[in-house]
Amino acid sequence: MKAKIHVTLKQGILDPQGKAIEHALDSLGFKNAANVRVGKYMEVDVNETDSAKADAQVKQMCEKLLANTVIEEYRYELQ
Amino acid sequence: MKSLVITQAILEQHKLSEEEYKKILEILGREPNWTELGMFSAMWSEHCSYKSSRIHLKKLPTTGPRVVQGPGENAGAVDIGDGLCAVFKMESHNHPSFIEPYQGAATGVGGILRDIFTMGARPIALLNSLRFGGLDNANTRHLLKGVVSGIAGYGNCMGVPTVGGEIVFNDIYALNPLVNVFCLGIARKDKIFLGKAAGVGNPVIYFGSKTGRDGIHGATMASDSFDEQAAQKRPTVQVGDPFTEKLLLEACLELMAGDCLVGIQDMGAAGLTSSACEMASREGTGVELELADVPRREPGMTPYEIMLSESQERMLMVAKAGREDEVIKICRKWDLDVAVIGRVTDTGKVVLKENGQIVAEIPAKALADDGPRYDRPSAPPAYQEMLQSLNYDALPDVKDANATLLELLGAPTIASKRWVYEQYDHMVRTNTMVRPGSDAAVLRVKGTNKALALSVDCNGRYCLLNPYEGAKIAIAECARNLACAGAEPIGVTDCLNFGNPQRPEVMWQFVLAIEGLKDACEALSVPIVSGNVSLYNETNDLSIYPTPMIGMVGLIEAADRTATQWFKQAGDVIILLGRTREDLGGTEYLKIVHHREQGSPPLLNLEDERAVQACTIGLIREGLVQSAHDCSDGGLAVALAECCVSGPNGTVGAVVQLPLDGLRRDALLFGESQSRVVLSVKQEQVDNVLNAARNAGVPASRIGVVGGSRLVIRVDGDQRVAGCTIDLEVTSVQERWALAIPRALGQD
Amino acid sequence: MNIGVVVFPGSNCDHDCEYIFKDVLGQSVKMIWHKDTLPAGLDAVVLPGGFSYGDYLRTGAIARFSPVMGAVKTFARDGGLVIGICNGFQILLEAGLLPGVMLRNTSLNFICKDVYVKVENAATRFTNRCESGQVLKIPIAHADGNYYTDPVTLGGIKANAQVIFRYCTAEGKITPEANPNGSLDNIAGIMNADGNVLGMMPHPERSAETLLGNEDGRLIFLSMLSAFGKSEQPSRLVGV
Repeated sequence: MKAKIHVTLKQGILDPQGKAIEHALDSLGFKNAANVRVGKYMEVDVNETDSAKADAQVKQMCEKLLANTVIEEYRYELQ
Repeated sequence: MKSLVITQAILEQHKLSEEEYKKILEILGREPNWTELGMFSAMWSEHCSYKSSRIHLKKLPTTGPRVVQGPGENAGAVDIGDGLCAVFKMESHNHPSFIEPYQGAATGVGGILRDIFTMGARPIALLNSLRFGGLDNANTRHLLKGVVSGIAGYGNCMGVPTVGGEIVFNDIYALNPLVNVFCLGIARKDKIFLGKAAGVGNPVIYFGSKTGRDGIHGATMASDSFDEQAAQKRPTVQVGDPFTEKLLLEACLELMAGDCLVGIQDMGAAGLTSSACEMASREGTGVELELADVPRREPGMTPYEIMLSESQERMLMVAKAGREDEVIKICRKWDLDVAVIGRVTDTGKVVLKENGQIVAEIPAKALADDGPRYDRPSAPPAYQEMLQSLNYDALPDVKDANATLLELLGAPTIASKRWVYEQYDHMVRTNTMVRPGSDAAVLRVKGTNKALALSVDCNGRYCLLNPYEGAKIAIAECARNLACAGAEPIGVTDCLNFGNPQRPEVMWQFVLAIEGLKDACEALSVPIVSGNVSLYNETNDLSIYPTPMIGMVGLIEAADRTATQWFKQAGDVIILLGRTREDLGGTEYLKIVHHREQGSPPLLNLEDERAVQACTIGLIREGLVQSAHDCSDGGLAVALAECCVSGPNGTVGAVVQLPLDGLRRDALLFGESQSRVVLSVKQEQVDNVLNAARNAGVPASRIGVVGGSRLVIRVDGDQRVAGCTIDLEVTSVQERWALAIPRALGQD
Repeated sequence: MNIGVVVFPGSNCDHDCEYIFKDVLGQSVKMIWHKDTLPAGLDAVVLPGGFSYGDYLRTGAIARFSPVMGAVKTFARDGGLVIGICNGFQILLEAGLLPGVMLRNTSLNFICKDVYVKVENAATRFTNRCESGQVLKIPIAHADGNYYTDPVTLGGIKANAQVIFRYCTAEGKITPEANPNGSLDNIAGIMNADGNVLGMMPHPERSAETLLGNEDGRLIFLSMLSAFGKSEQPSRLVGV
């Protein structure tokens, strides 16, 4: 199965990168752009056919490595 | 103002004792509201109030002819001539770095940088002192990598070079690493800015980043011990934004170049609360702030949250009335949020309003200065005698000196830290004359002929075994590092990392360490001008070793008269200054080879120390030496090996012959006797150097010659010499030393 | 010689470049805020190193949209001399003034150390004081210096002698071990086809004074002066 994982900073955690990009968009004339948040997108092939097991594994991957759960949150889809 | 019922549980949550709460009632003449309670809690925390340490810190020598600003401000300042000051300070970010190593270390760098540039100084150098557990521990490797990239990420982006530092690995720090960051800046002596809210009616201006819910109660967390529940405190982590801080730095210096500023302070621990009350308290004024005008990142923030947020990259300043537009224009130029949020008053109070309604009203002095002071009980730990007593006869002497030397050079505490400092930009600003990897970093001061030497140091194990002697040695060794660069010490900053002060044995260590710092500073005539105390460094009831970290600044009058530690040229003669005694207690050798951290630390005679340093500085100034290296961790054999392998232009060998003089062989080779310096000098200068040492009353002996491709150290006067001769290819010595850390990290 | 040093938000080698041209080489230097335009009468423009816009999104990606970059492009098109150092090189790539992109260093770490580069083309306005094949010791300090371009472009810039510096050993050998960041073909610096825009990752301004122990980088600045028939003015400072 393929996991598509998005990792983003938790709500309320400062996103310096997002802030700088928002500012740049504004200077380029995109006046309606707001609340830019930068995250990471990852794809992982999980060699597992049982979707419950795959789900548990991906969750573990996120908890242990892919997301820094001190400041980041994650979500994923399994296909 | 709504009052609330203050329960025992609420007080505990705010780390306030019943007695402290009674004092708050007395000060206010009423019950505090939630916001006020939070403000008292933060300001009266150990971190902000120094309540356990303050009465002892008073004993430290803080004055001297060069001192322009002593402790009590954002940083200390020392006159370096040419109308310039060196402004410097060291600070800890231990607890945040354990919770989130990258952001913890990064925001530690950010905080100390702000302390320096709020004084009107442009930061030109960072150093750091780090303590971790053993590298065989996976979590330690994770912490090391995170902390190093956090320091790199922030410092590199700021364009302030990280020019040196030191790292010690010891299991005692595994669950309580230390991240201490030192920063130095240069300011014009007549343009030092202080954190004062002067001039009734003057505007109080907020600028920098917006306020979010980051790090609320960071100050009380830093005053708390860790336990297994630490994970639950995670939402308080702050994220650093070095890009914004760089803008803040440039905006501050641009503002300071004009004359519209009255006072300025950064919002560090306890955020807006501490900056507001400290600025008012220093000047005996008050401030009135409208919280609705504070730039905010998140909706729905309460006064409590706004006042206690520790969002990074924020400043509070007082400007001259009528000059607001100038300030705002400069802040806007640098794309920073800026808002006039209040005025200076003559009430002596910090008054907070939200849309015109008063939400808090507290005397500024009560928050900033009248916090509790404790003379906490102190007593030596029960294990102290056991620690100090060591039967050396039961320890076998060296059998294979080659193997022992290699083992020591491969110990992460001694091994090359190149893996670390190559990740730091240590050259930006083009002042770095001596890069990381010598005893001290040396930076020229642009626009003058001078240079500054910088060093940070502390041997926590010595301090455990004897806090008084250990602290003395920390000062002496730091000064010796500077002397080896030809620099005269002119000022000290300290960062005192200890365990829980409510334990009498920790207070005992603290009080003795202060005595040691005092005596050593007085003997070497160097004042302490700034510092920081970090207590409660314990996890699961285990305290760290007492670690009074020292940062020292030295002045070199002629920038081209300095020295580095590595041997330069074949044929140069190696001279040892100082005397080798049987000093095995507390050595790295005992720890690595005999697995003991026991005994009494090496004897330090401050008179001898002073003489050796003065002699070394004199020789370097006269241009008589090719290299100078302090003998420390791992003793003489390790120092000689480092002289052979640490140079930037490859390795060189040496042949050395040492008289045993009735010592144990291990003490001769690996003992850590103090007040020793390894010099190399040109053949034609040998007599001059030996004479100069004799005239200075410093023992000096010719011990060998630089050259060849092997490091050979022979020991004289002993029947059993075979096993204690060191004879190794320098390339293999170099490999062991250079690759130990990358190998331990799996990155060789 | 009249030099303009552009200051982007986050530039941090701007003062170093100013110091070299003004205090060490005795030239006239103007600092140019990124929201302004270039003043008239400049001979050369320096895009200095640093972390413009914090290196957020991609290095140089936001700085290329700074107002001053329009003027820099015009200046370059009209034949003005432009040198981009480190982040300045990254900005030149993002702005399309030089071909290619920068990837993360293969080690994924920021690397600050001395490296050796070989002068591949000494017949340029940036290298005329060097010998062809000369080895220079110049420090690098970057996390994204891994130069990459497509094979066609690479073939083109090689054929056209636009590759100016390549990472090498102290003896001048181009080897994988001498490549600090994984850069394609060991490329450390390239020039545009017209020969007036140079981008290089190493920092020559950090190795241009005896007091700092290395003067190799000075050759690049002296070459730029020579291109204008100028020579360095005796420094008013001792020890530089």
